[in-house]
Amino acid sequence: MKKTLMIATVAATAMSAQFATAARDYISIVGSSTVYPFATVVAEHFGKSTNYKTPKIESTGSGGGMKLFCQGVGVAYPDITNASRRIKSSEFEMCQQNGVKDIVEVLIGYDGIVIGNSINAKQMELTRRDLFLALAKQVPNPDGSESLVNNPYKTWKDVNPALPAKSIEVLGPPPTSGTRDAFQELVLEGGCKTFPWIKAMKATDKNAYKTVCRSVREDGPYIEAGENDNLIVQKLNANKNALGIFGFSFLDQNADKIQGSIVDGKEPTFEDIADGSYAVSRPLYFYVKKDHIGTIPGMKEFLNEFTSEKAFGSEGYLSEKGMIPLGDSERTNVAADIKTLKNLAM
Amino acid sequence: MTPSPKTPNTMDVVNKNLAKRYRKEKMFRFYGIASISFGLLCLLFLFTDIIGKGHSAFFQTYVKLPVVMSADALGITDVNDPHQIAGGNYQGVLKQALRERFPEVTDRRGKRALYGIVSNGAGYELRALVENNPDILNTSLDVWVLADDDIDTYVKSRSSREGAYTGRFTEQQISWIESLIESGNVEERFNTTFFTAGDSREPEQAGIRGAMMGSLFTLLVTLALSFPIGVAAAVYLEEYAKKNKFTDFIEVNINNLAAVPSIIFGLLGLAIFINFFEMPRSIPLVGGFVLTLMTLPTIIISSRAAIKAVPPSIREAAMGIGASKMQVILHHVLPLAMPGMLTGAIIGMAQALGETAPLLMIGMVAFIVDVPSGITDPSTVLPVQIFLWADSPERAFVERTSAAIMVLLGFLVVMNALAVWLRKRLERRW
Repeated sequence: MKKTLMIATVAATAMSAQFATAARDYISIVGSSTVYPFATVVAEHFGKSTNYKTPKIESTGSGGGMKLFCQGVGVAYPDITNASRRIKSSEFEMCQQNGVKDIVEVLIGYDGIVIGNSINAKQMELTRRDLFLALAKQVPNPDGSESLVNNPYKTWKDVNPALPAKSIEVLGPPPTSGTRDAFQELVLEGGCKTFPWIKAMKATDKNAYKTVCRSVREDGPYIEAGENDNLIVQKLNANKNALGIFGFSFLDQNADKIQGSIVDGKEPTFEDIADGSYAVSRPLYFYVKKDHIGTIPGMKEFLNEFTSEKAFGSEGYLSEKGMIPLGDSERTNVAADIKTLKNLAM
Repeated sequence: MTPSPKTPNTMDVVNKNLAKRYRKEKMFRFYGIASISFGLLCLLFLFTDIIGKGHSAFFQTYVKLPVVMSADALGITDVNDPHQIAGGNYQGVLKQALRERFPEVTDRRGKRALYGIVSNGAGYELRALVENNPDILNTSLDVWVLADDDIDTYVKSRSSREGAYTGRFTEQQISWIESLIESGNVEERFNTTFFTAGDSREPEQAGIRGAMMGSLFTLLVTLALSFPIGVAAAVYLEEYAKKNKFTDFIEVNINNLAAVPSIIFGLLGLAIFINFFEMPRSIPLVGGFVLTLMTLPTIIISSRAAIKAVPPSIREAAMGIGASKMQVILHHVLPLAMPGMLTGAIIGMAQALGETAPLLMIGMVAFIVDVPSGITDPSTVLPVQIFLWADSPERAFVERTSAAIMVLLGFLVVMNALAVWLRKRLERRW
């Protein structure tokens, strides 16, 4: 009898939970794991300084976030999705088909990707071309002909005589990671493009070009170290010969243990990433479902908090967390777009 | 028929092999001891690592500052207006106090570095002070406030062998901290925040309570559902069901389900509870449902084993004095099988407590600050909190991750102790 009662109570709560959906009083945010550390800080400040509840933030990855976000309009679906890249046209269409018509796009800042090693080792001075040659699956034939061979390089010296004769050993994120996507796009492709005949392929055979420029070698030198950037930092500390790939905020926090390598003549410093001279950085966005503004309490205030000078400004608390802020004029534009809630058009 | 002199008698054979047999026996025992020692060694290593890293998280650095609680500076004009008191510029007052403590800092950059000494949540502590006792307005008093996480890590690592954590500090910042320490204005206190607060992105303000309550609610739902359902299923299958192809089929399926990767249950939960029934994401209720699906096979299998172990003589004796089938089960079989079923339930619950994969699908891997107060509030669970902290860049989260693991282990020990106690109470001998 007791048990039946218990089951009945749980079933009853289940029903009431369904009604609870009808009035969600907190903002639900999904999306990129790169934006997650920044969005959470804003959410916390928002929760503490206003009477609204603290938004709930899930780290689902940029792609996963878009999928959830675009499922539909209504309290059951997230209000905001974070992304470490721009929304794709296919995703935009998916949104439109599911009735998510009005989306506001907000650019919040930049994130630098660092190639670093232990502070006890010598700082590396690399170019994107070096990194491409060292880490791509297929590279141009070393004899100079215009053909591709499987990556034959074993040491950095093989890649570029100016580099030390240490074996290539790079710890990086797995394919599911946004950092990996950005690394492939910004570093590998960037280095790949320096070969004119491969660059020419882009016009003739785009798919082949992408395969060549974005494939990471799988024969050992590139070691998948898991999504956890902290783990990469720890491993670099233990292995002086290895290089690692991680987000700038981890370099910022662990400056006593690791150093960033110079890429294309620039060190990954706050200033150089901010002004765009450090080549490996990517924009961070979030997307807002306009129909939810007014339905979910505090949406507008949250947007204002995120785009206030004290948050995403050049000396705001997000920059303390390692986000690279936008330039002054960019920030004014973003803040103005937020005021008018300008629709994203593609 | 005299035995030929060449064949040795049995005793000789035995004696000849005896040494070898003893040796084998010894080796066999040695293997057992070696396995146990290996296990113990691993456990010891794990514990020293976790406790070594995590014990410092139970303490938090506080900084004493002489603060002038000027109502003007706070922006409070009416002391009786709770809105004004709540909205006061407490962080500003703290900044003022820091500037007065280190008057030599004048440039903008230096001031920013200086403000970094206290946590950016310290203002809320001051607010609480004023809310409790508005009389302290317009007085000066010494207040102990939360130090920033970097300072906390520095102070804790000052006396360590590897040398102090200097992280992003400049020489100047270190000299400030040293001067504060010398004047006795820095103190390590027991970290109550860790047990009373929800998650935070500032390590010094982060607590485990949100995740703990989340785990508690989720497990309550799981237990309330999976135990009765599991026991009922086991009783029916064991006592009533006919042995035929269909029940065999069910049995095979239950055994298979016990070995299905837990993420599959998460996907199932996503499809049924969230997409079909449109329940909200990230709530312990849905988490409990999903974990119920996951733990049911374990509970059914162990409950069946426990029911099977009840001697048939007891059933027959009960039948013999005229008890009905239901009376036999409720009065005799179930009470006797209860300890075994509890063991199964506790294994299932322990498994559920440590699970993150299925919860990922239903949105319980999330940043949630507010401590949940019911099964329909968004929440996360202990293992997820550990995962999220392990993934955070801030250095001070390293020790908090280990501390959270200790809390999880503590939770598990309490749960197991409760089960052992219940089992002892219910145990009957025959």
